[in-house]
Amino acid sequence: MSFLELKDLRIHFPTDDGLVKSVDGLSFTLERGKTLGIVGESGSGKSVTSLGILGLHKGTRARISGEIWLDGEELVGAGVEHVRKLRGKKMAMIFQDPLSAMHPYYTVGNQIIEAYRIHHDVSKKVARKHAIDMLARVGIPQPDRRVDSYPHEFSGGMRQRAMIAMALCCDPELLIADEPTTALDVTVQAQILDLMRDLQRDFNAALIIITHDLGVVAELSDDILVMYGGKCIEYGSAEDIFERPEHPYSWGLLGSMPRLDREPTERLLPIQGSPPSLINVPPGCAFHPRCPYADRTAGRSQTEVPELLETHGGHRVRCHLPSDQRRGIWENEIKPNLEAS
Amino acid sequence: MVTYIIRRLIAAVLMLVVVSIVTFSIFFVVPRLAGVTATDFANRYVGSKGATAETVVALADKLGFNDPLTVQYGRWVKGIVAGSDFDTGASIEHCPAPCFGYSFITKTPVWPELLDRLPVTVSLAIGASVIWLVAGVSTGVLSALRRGSFFDRAAMGVALAGVSLPIFFTGMMSLVFFSYKLGITAPGRSYTSFVDDPVRWAYNLILPWITLAFLYAAVYARLTRAGMLETMGEDYIRTARAKGLREPTVIVKHGLRGALTPIITIFGMDVGLLLGGAILTETTFSLPGLGKYAVQAISANDLPKIMGVTMLVAFFVVMANLLVDLLYAVVDPRVRLR
Ligand SMILES: Nc1ncnc2c1ncn2[C@@H]1O[C@H](COP(=O)(O)OP(=O)(O)OP(=O)(O)O)[C@@H](O)[C@H]1O
Ligand code: SF4
Ligand SMILES: [Mg+2]
Repeated sequence: MSFLELKDLRIHFPTDDGLVKSVDGLSFTLERGKTLGIVGESGSGKSVTSLGILGLHKGTRARISGEIWLDGEELVGAGVEHVRKLRGKKMAMIFQDPLSAMHPYYTVGNQIIEAYRIHHDVSKKVARKHAIDMLARVGIPQPDRRVDSYPHEFSGGMRQRAMIAMALCCDPELLIADEPTTALDVTVQAQILDLMRDLQRDFNAALIIITHDLGVVAELSDDILVMYGGKCIEYGSAEDIFERPEHPYSWGLLGSMPRLDREPTERLLPIQGSPPSLINVPPGCAFHPRCPYADRTAGRSQTEVPELLETHGGHRVRCHLPSDQRRGIWENEIKPNLEAS
Repeated sequence: MVTYIIRRLIAAVLMLVVVSIVTFSIFFVVPRLAGVTATDFANRYVGSKGATAETVVALADKLGFNDPLTVQYGRWVKGIVAGSDFDTGASIEHCPAPCFGYSFITKTPVWPELLDRLPVTVSLAIGASVIWLVAGVSTGVLSALRRGSFFDRAAMGVALAGVSLPIFFTGMMSLVFFSYKLGITAPGRSYTSFVDDPVRWAYNLILPWITLAFLYAAVYARLTRAGMLETMGEDYIRTARAKGLREPTVIVKHGLRGALTPIITIFGMDVGLLLGGAILTETTFSLPGLGKYAVQAISANDLPKIMGVTMLVAFFVVMANLLVDLLYAVVDPRVRLR
């Protein structure tokens, strides 16, 4: 059995406007030491998924079904208190904006100490020593002094490092980073990603990196899961996704990927239209209102929800177009276009 | 941090100077501008009991009402610092420092009287503030956590009543019910010093405490509820939960802590103001505190007394302000930078 396995996870929120199907039948597996990149536009359900794995929807109005297996234990049906004890220790999370994600009224050291002591019965002094070690480990200079600083006294990059130190302080086996670099400057982004790669190697944790930017996961991920409207629409190795992507939405993501040799505003093939409503999901393939190839499926795109089917060697795609046709479009229409510019 | 404290202290001292000038102006400058003469002042000072016109004119001169205003202000401040003597012609009345005025009507210096009333008001304010802080904040927290529940709606309904009902109404009602009908609380008019008999002290004050606290608790409950609704939606709450903290820790240490700053601010101001006398409560329950003293002074038109109480209230408010500023720095580390 895999270290982490999601089986048909569904997380729905009843609201006044209707049922929001933020995550709708998500399955994947992840091993220790491996990195999974989850990519998708805003609102595709990435954060809801990660909070779901941590059990943070428990006790809220959210309706959760499916299974989450972590190291042989099922978490969807597990008790609130049991999952709380795993949180921070066995699985930890790094958030997007470290300024708002850290408490403004407590020192960085205090917040790390708190995270450590809830899972380890040690004195404040020992925990403080550990916090300083962790800060040093994530590359914060003068950690023995910075430990007493408040989050607002750190720069954005340093703050994210501190956040990483806090997440790693209990040596978690699963680390989820939800857009860890989105709030940072481009130069700092690269440093943080480097840091995460190094740390993951040291800690041998399973890592999930969530982003709407394929560039972020390109180097780090072993596998990539592309999400659209709460569903996985393509899943494969990083090589599959970058070298032979088969889903029209993935093509769009690749085309709109910001590249270092180009102005960030200048994007090659932006995806037309806006993300789907999660209450009134478009019938058939949720992507069909925006898909340039929807008319090549003899009407099935508009009426029939495509299955997530394996094309070869673990590469799975949710699209009605036949696989060889998709590969043809990629090779002949999309790839040359991407390379030309 | 140290410079912050020093700056606040200097600001507080300056504030006191300003307050003294304003108070002085209200009682001496403004009436003068409105046409009140030195003789009128002298008249009002001694209570105009059968004094002849000449004596009053002479008295006005003796008490210095004809001096320039700056000289009068200087004399008044000097009195506070070093004490002063009032020569009425018939006698010389000594008013030891700090001399906050001398009442010619009752022939007493004001300050010892203020000191006399102070314990009553302090007892009332402290007891009530503890009750309303605990009751208001905990109600607010529970309401926020169970937003929309029966508890929330009931609590907020009661809070609305608490905010809108006047104290003499709730005070009278509770006196009638608890003291006269049930006989389980003191009927007012009674104060026992804490030092003499702590139990009696609390027994006498419990009803005024609760009545006063009810009014404030309502405000605090609403404020806490609003603050908690905001902070519990913050990202750092999600982080706290993601760390695996227990829910009570998340709520109190992370949520409430974030919502506390505005509560501390108004708490400081409220207590500061109350220390100058809870006029309505003291009147309703006939407690011999500063509020009652002020009311008596006003109805007797006893200027030095009114002025003394006013200065004391101002002093407490400035001190409360200072305390709030210092607490702010403790509660919100971001303040210390400024
Ligand atoms: N508690 C909730 N109640 C109702 N709807 C919710 C709730 N939480 C999330 N949603 C909805 O679920 C959808 C997916 O949200 P999610 O935060 O997972 O998106 P995301 O993929 O992380 O996007 P982003 O890139 O903007 O972070 C959104 O449309 C959001 O409005
Ligand atoms: S199923 Fe149809 S609409 Fe959906 S991605 Fe494939 S071609 Fe486009
Ligand atoms: Mg998100």
